[in-house]
Amino acid sequence: MAAISEKAKGQQRLIVSVSPHIRSEVTVSKIMWTVSASLLPALVMGVYFFGPKALGIVALCVVSSVVFEHLIGKAIGKPGTISDGSAFLTGLLLGMNLPASLWSINPFMLHVPILGSLFAIVITKLLFGGLGYNIFNPALMGRAFLLVSWPRAMTTWLAPTATFVGLDAKTTATPLGILKEEGVGKLMEIFGTKGNLYLHLLIGDRAGSIGEVSVLALLIGGLFLLYKKYITWHIPISFLATVGVVVWIFGGKDPATGHLVLFTGDPVMHLLSGGLMLGAFFMATDYVTGPQLRSAQVIFGIGCGLITCLIRLLGGFPEGVMFAILLMNCFAPLIDRAVKSKPFGFREVKA
Amino acid sequence: MGKLLELVIAASLVNNFVFTRYLGLCIFFGVSKKMDTAVGMSVTFISVMVISSSLSWVAYHFVMAPYHLEFLKILVFIVIIAAFVQAADTMMRKVAPALYYKLGIYLALITTNCIILAVPLINADSGYSFIDSIVFGFGSGLGFALALVIMASIREKLEVADVPKPFRGLPIAFVLTGLIALAFIGFSGLITL
Repeated sequence: MAAISEKAKGQQRLIVSVSPHIRSEVTVSKIMWTVSASLLPALVMGVYFFGPKALGIVALCVVSSVVFEHLIGKAIGKPGTISDGSAFLTGLLLGMNLPASLWSINPFMLHVPILGSLFAIVITKLLFGGLGYNIFNPALMGRAFLLVSWPRAMTTWLAPTATFVGLDAKTTATPLGILKEEGVGKLMEIFGTKGNLYLHLLIGDRAGSIGEVSVLALLIGGLFLLYKKYITWHIPISFLATVGVVVWIFGGKDPATGHLVLFTGDPVMHLLSGGLMLGAFFMATDYVTGPQLRSAQVIFGIGCGLITCLIRLLGGFPEGVMFAILLMNCFAPLIDRAVKSKPFGFREVKA
Repeated sequence: MGKLLELVIAASLVNNFVFTRYLGLCIFFGVSKKMDTAVGMSVTFISVMVISSSLSWVAYHFVMAPYHLEFLKILVFIVIIAAFVQAADTMMRKVAPALYYKLGIYLALITTNCIILAVPLINADSGYSFIDSIVFGFGSGLGFALALVIMASIREKLEVADVPKPFRGLPIAFVLTGLIALAFIGFSGLITL
């Protein structure tokens, strides 16, 4: 090789290569790092409300994800995948989906985020062939694994304090948890007016996972990604719109009898709470685990919204975004298959 | 009507036989490699399920219950299902050969499926009425069909994936089933029957 290139020096040579010849500036690592950067405002807000514990959890997830990617990647013969940033992003998303209360020494809980990273990176991604082949969103799978394995610890939420000194932080329930267990009356009792509730949800001054609380910060990141055209509107908008409409129709209850009253639900509250914004903009839009075609993406978003509402309004969990996205991940190849257009003049060959 | 719909949803999604009770895995892994076979199996499975649950309901309530022979139900249900499937197999070969060549091989496999036996047993234990039993059988079949079709679509996609060598084929299918089961936990608590 060296001899040939020595000879080639000084004379014009035509290079014959296979396509693509025109390359876009956008690379996998650029996308990954941009998405990570657009999550920064939400992370900052999470750390602001839950203190250094939150930062500790996220850092632990990021570091362990990158380490697992390196070590196991080497073991299965795929070294050098750290620099594409996908392991960093998975760790970041996983950390932002965990409650800050996991950062506790007594009882010792620090192994939980690390095992979550292990499940996310190794079992959900590397076993299936690495980035580009995984069927499920790794960060969400990691969180689902943790939720069913440590249900108590994963649903112990710190109250937002916005102080960096409080060592014994109070624990409390998330707005959706209160809504599920004690009804809308209790929620009004805590927050006073609906306007006050919406304001708290928008800013992020509420209990919840580290990265999901501040809707405003998530919207900034999400709109930035839309502006950069790294994601399209199809999945987030169809997801959010479905949740809004279904909750408006089926989310209302008669406060006295508890019976369903149609068209009295509170879509704003449901849109702003839980992990909906984080899920709709940053996790359902994953290129690998979602469908490829635009029309399929709309169906995917509607499916995510329907399952989210089903779980929130009728299911056993207060929040359904994670399971909704994971379930629709299963259906993504099927949806892609169903909407695939037939080539012109294509006719089924009769056997 | 509402109760029947709940029964279908409970049997197909909330208590999906493959993903929450881990039954019927042999056929599930066997025929989910290709979409064509998965769809053929699904159609056959649902129809056999509905008919066998109605046949065993009749046998249970008109023969076994009056003579207090409930303890024989496992044995009797196996015989009923095997006989029915064998009869269907033979009839189909004579009456509709084209259909037989398409679905015949699945019929033989179905006899040994555990879901086919589980559904009549659950029907008998839960005291479902005739209509309930048929609807429960239909829902269970639908759930199995759903699992098969999802699995086939993902496994066809995995054909081109760069799965590490020790995990290719069946091992990764087992891992995949575990992950889908984890996602199906989201439906838990939806309907309690």
